[in-house]
Amino acid sequence: MSPISTGADWDFELLERYDTAIAEVAAEYGLDTYPNQIEIITSEQMIDAYATSGLPVGYPHWSYGKEFIRNEQAYRRGMQGLAYEIVINSNPCIAYLMEENTVTTQALVIAHASYGHNSFFKGNHLFRQWTAADAILDYLVFARRYVMECEERHGATAVEEVIDACHALMPHGVDRYRRPAALSYKAEAARLAQREAYKESQFNDLWRTLPEGAAGQAATAAKKSFPADPQENILYFVEKYSPKLEPWQRELVRIVRKLAQYFYPQAQTKVMNEGWATFWHYTILNRLHEKGLVDDGFMLEFLKSHTNVIAQPGFDSKAYSGINPYALGFSMFRDLRRICENPDAEDREWFPELAGSDWRVTLDFAMRNFKDESFIAQYLSPRLMRDFHLFAVADHVSEDTLRVDSIHDERGYRRVRKLLATQHAQELRVPDVQVVRYDRDGDRSLTLRHIRRRGRPLHDAASEVVLHLRRLWGFPVRLETWEDDIRVGDVVECAA
Amino acid sequence: MLHLIDRRPNGRGKSAVNRERFLRRYKAQIESAVKKMVGERRLSDMEQGGEVRVPKRDISEPSFGFGRGGDREFVLPGNREYVAGDRIPRPEGSGGGGRGNQGGEGGSEDDFVFSLSREEFMQIFFDDLELPNLARTEMGHTERKKSVRAGYSKSGVPSNLSVIRTLRQSLARRIALSGGIAREAELVEAEFAVAVAAGHATRAAELHGQLDRLHRRRNRLPFLDEVDLRYRNRVWKPEPIARAVMFCLMDVSASMDEDKKDLAKRFFTLLYLFLTRKYGEVDLIFIRHTDDAEEVDEDTFFHNTRSGGTVVYSALELADTIRAERFASGWNVYAAQASDGDAFGADPARSARFLREKLLPATRYYTYLELAAPDSQDHSSTLWAEYERVAEASANFAMRHATKREEIYPVFRELFKKESQ
Repeated sequence: MSPISTGADWDFELLERYDTAIAEVAAEYGLDTYPNQIEIITSEQMIDAYATSGLPVGYPHWSYGKEFIRNEQAYRRGMQGLAYEIVINSNPCIAYLMEENTVTTQALVIAHASYGHNSFFKGNHLFRQWTAADAILDYLVFARRYVMECEERHGATAVEEVIDACHALMPHGVDRYRRPAALSYKAEAARLAQREAYKESQFNDLWRTLPEGAAGQAATAAKKSFPADPQENILYFVEKYSPKLEPWQRELVRIVRKLAQYFYPQAQTKVMNEGWATFWHYTILNRLHEKGLVDDGFMLEFLKSHTNVIAQPGFDSKAYSGINPYALGFSMFRDLRRICENPDAEDREWFPELAGSDWRVTLDFAMRNFKDESFIAQYLSPRLMRDFHLFAVADHVSEDTLRVDSIHDERGYRRVRKLLATQHAQELRVPDVQVVRYDRDGDRSLTLRHIRRRGRPLHDAASEVVLHLRRLWGFPVRLETWEDDIRVGDVVECAA
Repeated sequence: MLHLIDRRPNGRGKSAVNRERFLRRYKAQIESAVKKMVGERRLSDMEQGGEVRVPKRDISEPSFGFGRGGDREFVLPGNREYVAGDRIPRPEGSGGGGRGNQGGEGGSEDDFVFSLSREEFMQIFFDDLELPNLARTEMGHTERKKSVRAGYSKSGVPSNLSVIRTLRQSLARRIALSGGIAREAELVEAEFAVAVAAGHATRAAELHGQLDRLHRRRNRLPFLDEVDLRYRNRVWKPEPIARAVMFCLMDVSASMDEDKKDLAKRFFTLLYLFLTRKYGEVDLIFIRHTDDAEEVDEDTFFHNTRSGGTVVYSALELADTIRAERFASGWNVYAAQASDGDAFGADPARSARFLREKLLPATRYYTYLELAAPDSQDHSSTLWAEYERVAEASANFAMRHATKREEIYPVFRELFKKESQ
C-alpha cells in the first residue's frame, strides 16, 4: 500500500484518513473505546486548557489565573514546551490537538490519546467506578453556572473565600470506598430545588423551645462522641454538618468535592494510563509502518518524539525530576508483552502463569484491574529493574547519613519493587488527616486527627489549612497529631 | 467514527477572566511593584509594561502535605556504583535525595514573576487619579458626538428593524388595499344571492367565478411588503465635553542641575502620560523658562537643554498671556510648575502676587513641585515661602517637595488623587 501522506503538513481530510487507518489497527488489536471527538486548538488555547487541568469548562477562580500566567511565562521564555495534546475522560472522549503539530505528531497524538487513553478511561476499574464519563461535561456546565450565579448574588469575594478553603482541603475531599451517583445538570438542578424547598417547608421555630424528654437526654448522652467513626472525607463532613454554612456555600463545597473525586482516579493511575497510551501509539504506528501506510521519514520523526517522551534521566542528572511515568509505564507494558511472547528462564520463575500466555489478554487484564501501586507490585520484572538501575535509599532520622537500602540484585528485587509500589500509593502521598470529633452540644468545635506514620510530620502549611477549615466550619477547629495511639507534637488550634 | 472540530476560531482569552482575578487579588503587591519600577526606569521606557514579582509564599495554595523529618524510603533510577548498605551523605538543603516533585513545599522560595502588558501597567499606574474640579460644560467644536434616537425611517440596517412599527404599517396597508375588494365582494355576493334566489344558474356561476377572483385578489396582497419596513432611526448630536488645557512650566535655569532636571522631567512625563491616556482631549502647553520664558513643543521640552538665570515671573506671565489669547473662555485651565525655587530679588514676591491675583482665579487647579538636592537640609526656598502664603489663601493650589526619584510617583499621586478619597 502507498503511504497515506508525505511531508509535514496536515489538513482535516488527512487527519480523518489517519484516524480511519488507526481505528482499523486498533480494532485489529481489540481496543475498546468511547467514540472520539478531536478538536484542533492553537497554542494559546492550549495554555488556557492547561490552567483548568484540561477541563473544557471551569468555574472562574484566581488560582487558575495564576496557573495560566505561570504556564504562559514558562512557555514564552522557552523553559517549557507544551503537550501535544490534552485528553478528557468523557463520553465522547475529547482530545485537543495543537495546530502547530506536524502530521506525524497529529497521528501520534490520535493514536496516543484517542485510542490509548480513551480505551484506558473506558476499561480501567477506577475510572469505571469513580467517574461518570457521560455526565462530567454536563456537571461542569452546572458548576460554572452555579458559581457565577453565586458570585452575582453574594459577591465574588465571598465565593472566592469558600472556594479557596475548599481547594486547600481538596485532597481530603474524596470518598475512597463508595461510588457516587451519576450527575447530570438537570437532575442536579432539580435535586437542588427540591432540597431547598424541603428545608424551608420543615422549618419551624417553635420546636426549638420544646423541653427534652428523658429519651432525648439519653440520646444526647449517646451522641456525645460524634461522628461515631473517624471521617476521612473532610469536605463531605463539612458539607453535611457545618453548623454555619449557608446553603449556597454548601453547594460550592459539594462542587469542589465532586471535582476532586473526578480527578481521584487520574492521580492513582498516572504510570499505567500514560504507559498504556504510549504503548499503544508505539504499537499502532509500527503496525501502520508494517502495512506500508506511513513512510520511513514519518517513522523517524515519530521515533524521535517517542524517545523524548520515554526518556528516563538518572537520579544524578540535571534533567532528573522524578520517575517518568511515561518511561516506566511504557517499559512495563512492553516488558509484559515480551514476557508473554518470548519468556526466558527468569520470567518463567517470576511470572509462571504469564509466560507464554496471549499478550493481548494479559495486557487487557492488567489495564482493567489495577492501579499504579498494585500494577507495579504485580508486574515489575527484575529485568526492568536492571534496565532502569533502580535502587532504594532509606532516609531515617536516627541515622546521620542516607543508606542504600537495596538495589537491583537478587537480594533486592522484591524489596525495590515493593518500595516503588508504595511510593506510588495515593495513601502515602496525602497525609492521613481525619475528622474525629464534632462537639455538637458544646462549643461546636471540630477536631481533626493526623495519624502520623514513621515520624513523618505535616509541613508548616498545615496551620493555614486549618485556618481555611475554620472559615468553612465557623467554629473552633483543632488539629492533633497521633502516632501509635499516643498524642505527639503540637496541637494546631484555631479558635476565633 | 470520528468527530473533528476546529476550535481555533473560538479565540483564546478563556483564561482572561481568571488572569484578571489573579491581578485583582494581588493588587496591593502589584501596585507596590509598579511603584518601585517607576523609580528605576529610564524616562523613555516609562510607558512600557513590565515584570512584576510577587513573593511565592503570598500566593501559595496550602494543603496538608508531608514536611521534613521521619523515616522513609524512596526508589531512584540510574544507579551506577551503589550496593546495598552504602552510606550517602545527606544532600544539603533538601529533605533527602533528589526526590523531585514529591518533596513538598520545602525547597525553593523563588518569587512568582510575570509580566504586565502595557495596558495593565498603565491601568495600575494611573488608577484612582483624576484632574480635580473638571467641569463638563462646554459644547465642544464638533469632535464629540453622541448617537440619539430620532423616530423611524424607511431605510436602515436589518438590526435596526422595528418589528412593531413594520407590522403596524403592514396591517394598515392590508386594510387599506383590501377595503375596495371587500366592498366589491359585498356587492357581488348580494347579486349572487339574488341570482340564486331567482334561479339564474348561468348568472350565478358567473358571479361565483367573479367572487372567486376577488377572493384570490385579496389573498394575493402580501402580508409584508417592502414599503412596510420601518427602521429605528438615530442621529448624531453634539455632546457637551470637558475641554481642558494643562500648562507645564519647567525651570531649566543653571541652578537646576542634571538630577533636578531629571526629577522635573519625570514628573512631567507622568503628567503627560496620565493626561494623554485618561483624557483624550486635553491640550498641553509646554513652557520652559530661565530668565525669560518660551513656549516650546513637546519634544524640545523633554529632550533639549538650555541654561541661564531664573525669573519665574516670566513663565507665569507667558502662561497667562497664552491663556488669555487662546483659552479665554470655556476651558478648564490647569497648570503644573516645577522648579528648584531658586529665585532671587523681587521675583518670588512678584510671582506669588501674580499667581494669586491673575493666574489662580482663572485656573481650576495649580500644582507646584519644588525640587531640592537630596542632601539639602532646608527645603524652603524663597519661592516656597512666598507660595506657602498663596496656598493658605486658595483651595485650588497644591505644593509638594521632591528630592529623590522614588518620591516623584507618590507625590504625583498625592497631587492628583480622586477627590472622593
